[in-house]
Amino acid sequence: MQELRKERLDRGVKVRSESIYAISSLKEIMFIIGPGLLLAALLLILPLFVSSYWQGALKITGVYVLLAIGFGFLANYVGLVSLGGALFVGVGGYLSGGLNYFFDLPMIVTIPIAAVGGALICTILLLPALPLRGVYFAIVTLVYPMALSRIIVATGAFRGTDGLPGLERFPVGIGPIYLIFIVILICLYLLSRLVNYEDFGLVLRGVKDNELSIKASALHLTWYKIQAVFIAAFMGCFAGAYLTHLYGWVGTSLLAQDFSILPVAAAVVGGPGTIFGPLVGAFILVPISEAMRDYGTLRIVFYAIILVIFVVFWTEGILDYLKRKYEQFEHWVEM
Amino acid sequence: MGILIYGLINSLDLILMSIGFALAYGVSRVPNFAHGALFILGGYLTWLFLFRFNIPYLFSALLAVIITALIGAGLYRFIIIRVRGMPISEIIASFGVGLAILEFLRWTGLRGTTYMLPSFFRGGVYIFDIPVDFQRITIVLSGIAILVFIWLFTSYTKTGLALKAIAQNERAGLVLGIDSDRAAMIAVAIGAALAAIAGIIILPLGNIIVETGYEVLIFAIAVSVCGGLGSLKGAVLASFIIGYAQMLTVSYIAPHYHFVVAMLVIVIVLITRPSGLFGKQKELEERV
Repeated sequence: MQELRKERLDRGVKVRSESIYAISSLKEIMFIIGPGLLLAALLLILPLFVSSYWQGALKITGVYVLLAIGFGFLANYVGLVSLGGALFVGVGGYLSGGLNYFFDLPMIVTIPIAAVGGALICTILLLPALPLRGVYFAIVTLVYPMALSRIIVATGAFRGTDGLPGLERFPVGIGPIYLIFIVILICLYLLSRLVNYEDFGLVLRGVKDNELSIKASALHLTWYKIQAVFIAAFMGCFAGAYLTHLYGWVGTSLLAQDFSILPVAAAVVGGPGTIFGPLVGAFILVPISEAMRDYGTLRIVFYAIILVIFVVFWTEGILDYLKRKYEQFEHWVEM
Repeated sequence: MGILIYGLINSLDLILMSIGFALAYGVSRVPNFAHGALFILGGYLTWLFLFRFNIPYLFSALLAVIITALIGAGLYRFIIIRVRGMPISEIIASFGVGLAILEFLRWTGLRGTTYMLPSFFRGGVYIFDIPVDFQRITIVLSGIAILVFIWLFTSYTKTGLALKAIAQNERAGLVLGIDSDRAAMIAVAIGAALAAIAGIIILPLGNIIVETGYEVLIFAIAVSVCGGLGSLKGAVLASFIIGYAQMLTVSYIAPHYHFVVAMLVIVIVLITRPSGLFGKQKELEERV
């Protein structure tokens, strides 16, 4: 019997656009920046054409997208699995909510403070696990949100289970959607520059793939991990602060499992190969999850099952699959 | 005196909760993050057989343990085996399965006081004037029995020795003809069975609620990290340390701090002795 195998070859335009030709013709330029531009255009146009119910869903999607990008960055480029996106959301949310509630600061001040300060706090909290292997990071991030919500309930800090009500809220309309979408685009742009074109990104990949080589190069391993965690925590804390001012309320639900598991699922569904994968995953999963709101915790079962299916059977993920189709063509050849 | 006795009970509680996790991790190097879910599942299945199908208590417990062990074996055989050796995927996959089980149970209505296992024996005794009910005595005795069983199993049976060999040096085990996947599957299955047994013994003290599942996972992790991931001896010692620490905080500082103690233990151990109390063997591998 004749045996065949599938051969994959890079498309001509990809090969050309990797070199100096990229700046000489519009076609090659569009090949490189086209997908990014399309994404940005979609993100900026989408809010104008959806109903007010889905505008609300888009804001939540934005929050999850930021968390998922942070998770994907840590997991795929630094090798740290964070099972506690809720930690970032909780710290950022409580910080901005607390500043607004106790000190009456306006949200234009609280959100930046919460994003930077929260990221610092999270990084310090996670510091013990950073000099160690990845398993410990997963453990610590899993424990913190649960423990923090217990502490808040037990001590009654931040008014315990009641939460802080009556915080300053975003104006209604599409303004807040643009706020978070623009932050997402900026983060995506900077991160993809960082991991693809900067030395720092190269070192981070080394941290993931071969820690000994980083040590052998006399680089401070833990310091690089700290910086990476700070970046992810920054995005997560911003998302938390945003959520706080979206609802005008802070409570222990910010430390709930949803914020930990959905970003993981989104990043896994999207695919590990690019920084954009988690975004695609989140845009697929979060609307489905919003539509399933009536089914209560069955939603979490749904993401968990999707997560396991993708991790075990389709590790490539959606975006990596599409990227492969975009950059290469395949055909069968005789063996 | 009360603290001594209840600290002992609490410590054996922790041993029961964590021994399955420690065994599975120590042998198959698979961090089974579905452990808490299997704990609750064991209790829930027992409840189901006992009250829905009216099977006698002992048989329903036995059935629940067997089914949970099969689920554990299936978890390894069909899911974890495909991502073996990639710690990130192992954690995500097993945590995903655990989450699916727990949240599905929550959706079916596993909350409130409906789901309650009866105690094995009613009544209690006074030990040095401290009232202790029989259920807690059962916990202590069965904890000790399980420890003895595991020690005998891993020291004197062929399967147990094979499990140990795989834990110490997988490649040498393979050379000696030990099927490492089979050994790991057995370890995860035994770990699941131990989780179910722990659930059946401990859950009669309260209601079967989903939150307990997450707590058990965290406690199991705290004990394993403190004792050194994968070291059974360390896990026992760590259970006693954490058990008494919890009792002391609960009696002298405030209740509801069980969880915080576990978290602090994890953080302190990671800062001072990342490989845990008895993790010498793998000490270099833990730090990178």
